[in-house]
Amino acid sequence: MAAVKVVDVRKIYRRDSQEIPVLDGLSLEVASGDFVGLMGPSGSGKTTLLNLIGGVDQPTSGQLIVGDTDISKLHGRALAKWRSRNIGFIFQLYNLIPVLTALQNVELPLLLVRMSGKERKERAMKALELVGLGDRLSHYPRQLSGGQEQRVAIARALVSDPEVLLADEPTGDLDKKSAAEILSLLEQLNKQFGKTIIMVTHDPHAAERAHRVLNLDKGVLSN
Amino acid sequence: MNLLSLVLVNLGRNKRRTILTLLSVTVALFLFCTLGGVLDTLQESIKFGSETRLVTRNAISLIFPLPLTYRGRLEAVPGVKQVAVQNWFGGRDPKDERNWYAQFGVDENFYSIYANDMEIVAASPPQTPMEVPAGIVPQLQTYFAEQNACVVGQKLLEKNGWKLGQTIYVAGTIYPGNWPFTIRAVYHAKKKSFGEETMFFHWKYLEQKGMHGQGQVGVYVLDLNQPERAADIARQVDALYENSAAATRTESEQAFQAGFVSMYGNIPFVLRVIGLAVVFAILLVAANTMMMAFRERTSEIGVLKTLGFEDGTIFRIVLAEAALITVGGGVAGALLAKWALESSGFNFGGFLPPMTVYWSTVLTGIAIAAVLGAVSGLIPAVRASRLKIVDALRRVE
Repeated sequence: MAAVKVVDVRKIYRRDSQEIPVLDGLSLEVASGDFVGLMGPSGSGKTTLLNLIGGVDQPTSGQLIVGDTDISKLHGRALAKWRSRNIGFIFQLYNLIPVLTALQNVELPLLLVRMSGKERKERAMKALELVGLGDRLSHYPRQLSGGQEQRVAIARALVSDPEVLLADEPTGDLDKKSAAEILSLLEQLNKQFGKTIIMVTHDPHAAERAHRVLNLDKGVLSN
Repeated sequence: MNLLSLVLVNLGRNKRRTILTLLSVTVALFLFCTLGGVLDTLQESIKFGSETRLVTRNAISLIFPLPLTYRGRLEAVPGVKQVAVQNWFGGRDPKDERNWYAQFGVDENFYSIYANDMEIVAASPPQTPMEVPAGIVPQLQTYFAEQNACVVGQKLLEKNGWKLGQTIYVAGTIYPGNWPFTIRAVYHAKKKSFGEETMFFHWKYLEQKGMHGQGQVGVYVLDLNQPERAADIARQVDALYENSAAATRTESEQAFQAGFVSMYGNIPFVLRVIGLAVVFAILLVAANTMMMAFRERTSEIGVLKTLGFEDGTIFRIVLAEAALITVGGGVAGALLAKWALESSGFNFGGFLPPMTVYWSTVLTGIAIAAVLGAVSGLIPAVRASRLKIVDALRRVE
């Protein structure tokens, strides 16, 4: 069964009167439990594709089906609600809230779910333990290394138990050792918990960890 | 953690900026409520007047006296129960010119007319028992036995560290000379508006020593036994002296007091304008602060939206931050103004009742602070809620 189905998707950005096509009739299918690496030169549309799959941006045309939902038909509140339950985002620069502790950062997505404070805290703690940061609960992002920050970001992406994890260059800002640890963690999440992962990367070593690698160039998949 | 704690944590992000903004709103609302307090005090002074009393003064101006000879005819007007005379003395403390308080020369009827407004709480005992005029409390025996005796308010006594039986001196300005007065009684104001920082002494003492027996009176106070006919009686009184050299103007004590307040001219208007100008200036400061806070967190707002926070939730979070700062500052400033003014006991040297800030002024201040929060937070809140995730996250990279 396909976890993600992209059908003839076009994305055109408009800057003043100029039209800039980013994705040009792209189609793609990612099976449930797959780990896909997405490579390509800068400006090829990798992040745009990830944003569309995550419901962060809207396609100009085409269909995007994630799970059993056609998200190209969702807007506003419905799309936000869907995102909070079905997608986990991992960013290159971690994007943690600096004034919140690791635990509070991980709790954030659960504020949108009907849940007691105690339960919220327990789930966030479990997620942090899963990424190996059970002893860093009350640390602020500035007190953590880059690798640890990215682990917190992964815990935040995991905490609401989404089917799909979207990672946009998750090792792009890390040293080799930390990058390898993060990639191992993603592999573990994929194998152990069956998470479908789509990872944008420029790093061929990182891409090797994926089950398959797709190359995107000028808005078209090339392999 | 919940959404409120998220708002609070955001406020603590730049503590110095939050505290400075909070303080600026506090100071603005303190000033606004202080100026409002001056207006409230003027309003309070109007309340002092009674509907059962009329005041007759010279029709030209309050500063011109009336002949003492009017008294008999005034007492004969139907509906008038009794008449008291009262003269503004306008003296100064010879040791400290800044220590200014009001002094009035009054006759014996004054004490019976104002028996419901003041209460004698301490008085010098008489050497030998003597009778006091009808309707006057017996504690004033010694006061009535001495020509230069005076009655002072409790607060005035405490403020100056005076004692019962002490002789004090007042330097006359309208009636020159160094005037000795012996404190023979102390009064407590039953009504706040009556004030406790005034000195009353024998009008006869003033008339003889200051006016050399010219028979001049500052104002007459008419106590009515038919208050419902007050307007008629006032017209009747003024008609008596319509064509005389010293025509009268008779009005209710409240109207008299209001007229007195109107001598301050456009000050109430100026105070209101200043108060609103201060609030408007702070509105700009608060709005600028909120915009700065929003700009600094654009990418974080993008992250929150990516996690599934709806536009409405983001709008409420940003607006709540602005509201917490301004309402917090507003409550602090307004309550501080009420506490500071009322505990100061300042009363414009006895011209007005002690400074007061009505609760309605405090609530108006807090409401203005809330509006300030809504207005200053509105633009950043709208922008944050409309922000596209893609645009917000792009700023990170």
